[in-house]
Amino acid sequence: MKPRHKRFAMITTGVAALGIAAVLVLNAFEKNLVFFFTPSQVAANEAPQGRTFRIGGLVEPGSVKRQPDGVTVQFVVTDTAQTIPVLYRGALPDLFREGKGVVTQGRLGPDGMFHASEVLAKHDENYMPPEAAEALKQAHAKGAQAAQTLVTNPPTGK
Amino acid sequence: MTGHNWTRASVNWFKYSSPQTFFPLAAKLVPWFGAAAALLCVAGLYIGFFVAPTDAQQGEAYRIIFIHVPAAWMSMFIYVVMAFWAGAGLVFNTRLSGMMASALAPSGALMTFIALWTGALWGKPTWGTWWVWDARLTSELILLFLYFGFMALQAAIDNPRRADKAGAVLALTGVVNIPIIYFSVQWWNTLHQGASVSLKSAPSMAATMFAGMIVMALGFWMYSIAAALLRVRCIILEREHRSDWVAQHMGTLK
Repeated sequence: MKPRHKRFAMITTGVAALGIAAVLVLNAFEKNLVFFFTPSQVAANEAPQGRTFRIGGLVEPGSVKRQPDGVTVQFVVTDTAQTIPVLYRGALPDLFREGKGVVTQGRLGPDGMFHASEVLAKHDENYMPPEAAEALKQAHAKGAQAAQTLVTNPPTGK
Repeated sequence: MTGHNWTRASVNWFKYSSPQTFFPLAAKLVPWFGAAAALLCVAGLYIGFFVAPTDAQQGEAYRIIFIHVPAAWMSMFIYVVMAFWAGAGLVFNTRLSGMMASALAPSGALMTFIALWTGALWGKPTWGTWWVWDARLTSELILLFLYFGFMALQAAIDNPRRADKAGAVLALTGVVNIPIIYFSVQWWNTLHQGASVSLKSAPSMAATMFAGMIVMALGFWMYSIAAALLRVRCIILEREHRSDWVAQHMGTLK
């Protein structure tokens, strides 16, 4: 074995060992590296108790209610399995929309209401012109309609 | 016999592994890469600002993607290339490899800084915040500190060969961070969205948007090569200043 082969072997082993160490450390920290908890995790008591944390999910369509004072907003965060009602006083980001992603930081009250101190919008990785989005929406609506027709008029065999 | 002919016909690339022969080659290559960078960036920005459509969700704010994503790609790619040269220097004990690694670091740091900065500018209008400590953003910030650490460590050691070796160990250690940055959005809950472009699936964006991003990425690539070659020429002159050929070269300049 030439010296340079030896050095190459040593470096490869070193980097591989580091990689394995990193994987193990990250695995151990996995629970602490989450940026937000989903409503299902909160329901399963996996979220920290008695201190602020973040929850993330979708803003449930039709759930956003502005209170008469104009700055307090109430909405529901859902991961389609569980839901958490959120109360927030302050300005919402531009991309905050019903049916879209949201991450909010705050404290869970004893009443089950999440009192948020910060609301962030989480957008997805899809970029398309408005016309394409409109076409998609229409196709989706048509598909949903078709699905509904199937459900409401099942082929009755009775 | 044919093998013999083939070797004679092909370029002897190892010839360019010596600083003395690489120095004039780099000078010849720089204008080409520089011109390609300028052309591609102008074309990419034109596509990005005038051809690509508005985004349905984010409106015009998304257009910063044409700088942000290519810079972020380059920040990771340059690090891998830098670590490769640093590792090659350790293994083969070649002088030029270490110089290449040192020449790449500032460009990598610049790309990382641009990615972080444009990300902050993009985050404020869309997410509602300049910065969050999620896995993607934090690991990219660590990348910036790795570049800074590499440069500071090399600057702190007077003997260039020892500086190269110490830097190489740091650079190779930091490689671990690259897959963490790339896969952070898959492994953990992050505020940062997932990748729009991957090798496995079709890009989840309109074709003209994708084209603008790719052209910009190529432009950044060409720029980084040109900048690294310019920088490596300076490093070669600095480190070989006692040799005859540098004295001769400087003499012809006078």
